[in-house]
Amino acid sequence: MRYAETGFNLEIDLSRGNIERVETDPKLTELHLGGLGTNAKILWDRVPPETEPFSPDNLLIFGAGLLCGTPAPGANRTIVTTYSPQTLLMAYSMMGGFWAPELKYAGYDKVIIRGKSPRLVYLWINNDKVEIRDASHLQGKGAVETQEMIRQELKEPKAQVTAIGLAGENRVYFASIEQGRSSASRGGIGAVMGDKGLKAIAVRGTKDIQIARPDEWMKLVNEVIQYIKFREKNLIPGVIPILARLGSPQEMAIHDEEWHTTNFMWGNARQRRRDFWTKEVEQQWRETQESVRTRLISCYNCPLKCGATISAPGISTYMMKCFSKLTYTMAAYSDLDFGFKIAGRATEYGVDGYSTPQVMAFALELYENGILTDEDMPGMPSDTEGRFYWLLDRIVRREGIGDVLANGTYWAAQQIGKGAEAYAHNNIKKQEQLPLKLGMLNPVYFLMYSTGEKINITQIEGQFPQAPFPTKEEREAFVKDWFQVPDERFKQYFLDWELRGENSNPYYPTVEATCEIVDWQERMHYIDDALGMCAGLSSFHLKPPYHIHNFPALISSATGIDMDEAGLSQAAKRNRTLIRAVNIRRGMRRADEKPPEDHWKKRFPELEAKLLDAYYAFKGWDHQGIPTKASLHELDLDYVAEDLEQRGIIKNE
Amino acid sequence: MSKVKKKIKSIKIDVDKCNGCRACEMICSAFHANPKYSSNNPERSRIRLIREPLKDVYLPIYAGEYAKAECMGRDKYVIDGKEYGECSFCRASCPSRDAFKEPDSGLPLKCDMCEDLPPGEKPLCVQRCLNDALIYEEREEEVEEEVKLEDVETGLESMVDKYGLQKIMDTVARMSMSKKG
Repeated sequence: MRYAETGFNLEIDLSRGNIERVETDPKLTELHLGGLGTNAKILWDRVPPETEPFSPDNLLIFGAGLLCGTPAPGANRTIVTTYSPQTLLMAYSMMGGFWAPELKYAGYDKVIIRGKSPRLVYLWINNDKVEIRDASHLQGKGAVETQEMIRQELKEPKAQVTAIGLAGENRVYFASIEQGRSSASRGGIGAVMGDKGLKAIAVRGTKDIQIARPDEWMKLVNEVIQYIKFREKNLIPGVIPILARLGSPQEMAIHDEEWHTTNFMWGNARQRRRDFWTKEVEQQWRETQESVRTRLISCYNCPLKCGATISAPGISTYMMKCFSKLTYTMAAYSDLDFGFKIAGRATEYGVDGYSTPQVMAFALELYENGILTDEDMPGMPSDTEGRFYWLLDRIVRREGIGDVLANGTYWAAQQIGKGAEAYAHNNIKKQEQLPLKLGMLNPVYFLMYSTGEKINITQIEGQFPQAPFPTKEEREAFVKDWFQVPDERFKQYFLDWELRGENSNPYYPTVEATCEIVDWQERMHYIDDALGMCAGLSSFHLKPPYHIHNFPALISSATGIDMDEAGLSQAAKRNRTLIRAVNIRRGMRRADEKPPEDHWKKRFPELEAKLLDAYYAFKGWDHQGIPTKASLHELDLDYVAEDLEQRGIIKNE
Repeated sequence: MSKVKKKIKSIKIDVDKCNGCRACEMICSAFHANPKYSSNNPERSRIRLIREPLKDVYLPIYAGEYAKAECMGRDKYVIDGKEYGECSFCRASCPSRDAFKEPDSGLPLKCDMCEDLPPGEKPLCVQRCLNDALIYEEREEEVEEEVKLEDVETGLESMVDKYGLQKIMDTVARMSMSKKG
């Protein structure tokens, strides 16, 4: 009997039209847990590093987390893994929603797609019956529209469908995979799905998920629920509204956007508008939000309401995820009404809400500076909002300049030349980042931006406050009930961290403390991503209901696998190191590990080098960021060491 | 006939507060697993969320009585501009739909208000609905004392024993004919 997991993967070869149900090795669950961990293992084992992202040999892996479908609140994440056409590294974008639990109820932990279908198809998984079906009638249809059409033609209102839109079909490098109120958006995984000729995967399952030790398990789950209730009533003082309460975050519920609009940059990540948020704006935005927001909604088995159904006049109804509410608005210097409306169209097209607005703002900046001209933009409207729609329509169809922009700012700049590279200024590892530009270097964030394999700050930060609290009293109050820390010394790091003086950024936290803080934050994300747990109830938050002290018993009682804090940390480290090895094997090195040049005004090259050195050593990596033979051995990854050695990446000393 | 007091357990469903998470389905199926919480599967749940997000239809509905046959006429409701399907408000486990049947045996399911819980505890779906879309209420009602069918049955049984079943049936048939006539 397998517990929490189903013990089976679906292997789909779209070139040959072959479908297989394959039993998995329980030993791999012990080593990698599931979700991201086992996804990475499959990618390492089966896709050689020479493989092009748009090769039939590239795999597209949809993995349900280990706890998905169990009664653990928030365990609903699908982890999608492949080689990214944008970064050329491993992409592991994730989505919440209802798909992963449904897949588990259908009897599978993963769907592994290989090959390419000669014509557009979709996959229909109905418990034991799995079909590859024609999707030619869905060509060009919106990602939301497609989900509904498939449910209707299958006469299965309860089927959960994940689909790509036009952007994925046309292999836009920042195309998303959409699903109900969620999407896996980063890294262009929707383009890989489109390249495979796969429009959608529909799934319906009516089987049981088993729990190994039910009494012990439910007691722990109930404690989590009690703590969620407590946290919803007891907001954390001294932090911005979206961080004060749990959620991913609950952007649709809040109106106060002062922090984002006055701290994040507008346009092509260029301008900070400190005075933007006024009473009038607040009033207008509140009205907009309340007039289009039909209902606050959740993912499977989660009480928090991070999404919303949006019904704005003139556009079809869609469900919005957290921060895309502001990304289009701010990139276009527009208002919330525009943001909600263009996000609707973008969701149907299926594009990433972070990259897309920035690509369009980048194009307009190039145009304003004469690098792109009227010849490149024939018929473009004169107003910014009109231009955004115009560009969006062209990008997803790869028409004219849209064909260049569809590759993201990094590749587009290379192609355009004429100094366009300087305008693609907000990337890490070729991928557009949140539009933040700050003053003083923060050592913790420096390491997270530089080394995070997800290349997305929100997917590595969380456990430790983003900035020091002004007074000693506030800091003392904060640490009082901070039981989530892995060790008491983390409280001291925070207590001693000050806004000014000796114990402030960038030299405090010290290099050693910084390494530990970054490692803790990252570790919690890696645990979540293996379990399919939403970061909004866990790693993204200060004082979350899930933490290093209750996860081992939760995993152990659910799966029957022996687990303690050391064992769990080791599994997380194993997964983290394996993903590093995947990327190292694809050529990533120290030189790639840096935040955007202009992220902070005040930079400290010497300190930054020291931080990177110390962190690499802390992680068991060499000066280039390559895992050492010894550290791979300690993580039962000798086969990785051998491979890297054979390729001459690890030098035989 | 005399009146008696009866405790009515009910769940008030505030559909406006439903966030569509289906925790109610999940916990119901886990609670009714054997042993308790050893497995879960929303398809075994005695509460179902009828959920059409794009139409903003969120309707938790509880399994009621088993019905042998489907309805002759079926209705649709339009409430606040939202159309609800013909079986949306119906609690029956019936041949016209998949809901409220054990997925492997097809046997009907019925909400038992989690009667196995210790006294005073609310049904699990209510406990697990953190958005208060499901609110448990108890009230006492005066109802007509029911005819105790058991007594009639006991009596009949004895008659059958004495005269045989056929004789009793014939007699009842003749009596009812003459009463009607």
